[in-house]
Amino acid sequence: MSVESFVIEGGYLIDAKSQREGRYDVLLQDGVVAAVESPGAFKTATDVVRINAQEKWIIPGCIDLHVHLREPGEEWKETIRTGSEAAVLGGYTSICCMPNTKPANDSAEVTRFILEKAMDAGAARVLPIGAISVARHGKQLAPYTELAKAGCVAFSDDGDPVVDAGLMRRALEWCLMLGLPLACHEEDRNLSCGGCMNESPLSLKMGLKGFPGVAEDVMIARDIELARFTKGKIHICHVSTARGVELIRRAKNDGIAVTCEVAPHHLLLNEECVSAYDTNFKMMPPLKSHEDIEGLLDGLKDETIDAIASDHAPHDKDSKLVEFSRATVGILGLQTSLPLLVEMCLAGQLSRQRMVDLLSAGPARSFGLQGGSLAVGSIADVVVLDPNRQWAFSEDAIRSKSKNSPFVGRNLLGAVEDVFVQGKRVVHQGTLCNGV
Amino acid sequence: MVDHLLGIYGLSKQEIYRYLDTASSFVEVSERDIKKVPTLRGKSIVHVFFEPSTRTLASFDIAGKRLSADTHNISASSSSVKKGETLLDTVRTLESMNPDVLVIRHSESGAAHFAARHLSRTAVINAGDGAHEHPTQALLDLLTLQQHFADRPQGIEGLRVGFVGDVLHSRVARSAIWAHCALGNSVRLVGPSTLVPRELEDVFAVGNVSVVNNLAKGLEGLDVVVCLRMQLERQDQYFVPSIDEYSKEYCVTEDLLRAVAPSSVVLHPGPMNRGVEIAGEVADGPRARIRQQVNNGVAVRMAALYLLARSQESREVVGE
Repeated sequence: MSVESFVIEGGYLIDAKSQREGRYDVLLQDGVVAAVESPGAFKTATDVVRINAQEKWIIPGCIDLHVHLREPGEEWKETIRTGSEAAVLGGYTSICCMPNTKPANDSAEVTRFILEKAMDAGAARVLPIGAISVARHGKQLAPYTELAKAGCVAFSDDGDPVVDAGLMRRALEWCLMLGLPLACHEEDRNLSCGGCMNESPLSLKMGLKGFPGVAEDVMIARDIELARFTKGKIHICHVSTARGVELIRRAKNDGIAVTCEVAPHHLLLNEECVSAYDTNFKMMPPLKSHEDIEGLLDGLKDETIDAIASDHAPHDKDSKLVEFSRATVGILGLQTSLPLLVEMCLAGQLSRQRMVDLLSAGPARSFGLQGGSLAVGSIADVVVLDPNRQWAFSEDAIRSKSKNSPFVGRNLLGAVEDVFVQGKRVVHQGTLCNGV
Repeated sequence: MVDHLLGIYGLSKQEIYRYLDTASSFVEVSERDIKKVPTLRGKSIVHVFFEPSTRTLASFDIAGKRLSADTHNISASSSSVKKGETLLDTVRTLESMNPDVLVIRHSESGAAHFAARHLSRTAVINAGDGAHEHPTQALLDLLTLQQHFADRPQGIEGLRVGFVGDVLHSRVARSAIWAHCALGNSVRLVGPSTLVPRELEDVFAVGNVSVVNNLAKGLEGLDVVVCLRMQLERQDQYFVPSIDEYSKEYCVTEDLLRAVAPSSVVLHPGPMNRGVEIAGEVADGPRARIRQQVNNGVAVRMAALYLLARSQESREVVGE
């Protein structure tokens, strides 16, 4: 397939993988980053489409390790098409979709179905995550080799913890042969016990069942020890506690193969957001206290945390317009994560290098994925964004089928302008290109 | 903005006294031969109870009728909830019939707030939401104490009040603690750590609230002892080793009160587990004000209905 060649000119390039930052012009050709040169180097190039990136940032396409696309089974909430379109509009060129669909992605058939739908959509690259257990019931190992051959990049029972430590041990041993990580939803259900917000003085005040942070911590500790024992690879999903970060920090120092992600909402929102019983702030794990957020921010800075993952969780309005304890959990994230990170970066909470690492190279490293780099020869997944443009995030701007975002109505900083997936332009000036 | 009574949290001392003063004036109505005044004639009140209740529902219903309002009772077992209707649809459907006040009881915390947020012209009274609030219960406690401490110069202010038992799951306790905090009373929360977590002191940090595990120490010097209902299934959820062990440590007995809080009065929101959280001799003894609480419940609910239904009316006038 022949695609256009592009020259991105005049922009400020930030790449964590090659640790390159500064004014560079970039040539995208034949699906790869063909050249990165000083400004003006491609002045005489012909047969290229030129993109003026003055005052813009050029970063690697973002990679989201944790997305719920709801298809098959809950297509009224999201489809592979709408989700992958929302992804590229939000600057994500690769998204890993969790297997808690109906049916669960525990077979090559479901994996192939997802990949075919994603191919049809032609937006973001969709990388399926297979289930750890058959039907995610926690009773029997899923067919890991079959799933890996069909295209799964990791395994997870996300939404539910793997209760049986014996099953987890064998899963780690099997997946080590495949070189793939297990992405762990860490929750001891005997401790979380139906809790729907952080256990704290606030949950006591509101009379809501609390979910204590230790419910997450004890499972992180268990899985770290299982990874130590088996030498298998684990990736801790949506870490939300300071203690969890500390456990992972120590495990990394011990040389255990553990990586982890944090969701933007766990950094930017806290438990007080739920004080009016607003179900748009109901998450799993629940929003935490300031002390936990401090711990997460420390983990971002000292690189204990490898990736920002959105945990994009579309839910229809009806499932949120109910009693707090009965509402569905989670929020949209694909179109807000990058702008929120840009905001943190401009506010001095993160360096530009660190921000880009968390959104691209870090996730690629965690799951062993291609992309996440602007080094010459890398796959041409690229985002051009205007870091200084403020825009109002409204329901109209949401490409997802669902609209459950607590950031609706908020001004976001950092607007995605042009997005390339494997050298093909899929977003131009903030809107989807024709044929996407 | 429609006025609601969703909780005691956030009410000022003046607002609390407004409810109590109004309730006091209604006490006498229930003592008449003909127990009815025309105050809310033509008003309609819907009691929608998503959780079983005998006394609260009866109390609200009697209160509404004594004010000549039309009252309608809808219980979850007979309602569309069983057919899968959402809370939102249920309350919106009811609002379409133009009631003046919706009285809501629900097993989930925040349910009354949720309903109030999504209704446009109906006043909501929270008749108990999960483990969150039960404001009329707190007000009837205070009215009962006002009557008891009528000769005391500061009335019901400056009292030492203790709550004994399952504070963790108690909406009654939460509402009443907020009320005592607003009045500046000192509050002790007495019980095992599993049911009376230390963090409660942080919740009520605006007030003078302390947690005490030992029953005798907790009761010492109190003016008011509120016994809380111990739900028998708590032992299956590991909150207590057994009901037997709980009652041995935390049952409020006459001997103990005589020794450490001789002048105290005892309240209980009911229904009681005799011999578990309260000894029969205390419940039936001279310190108990439990039946007065029930009696005052009608007056307090009359006051709540009156103030909310009438606030609707004054707004209509202003609106013209």
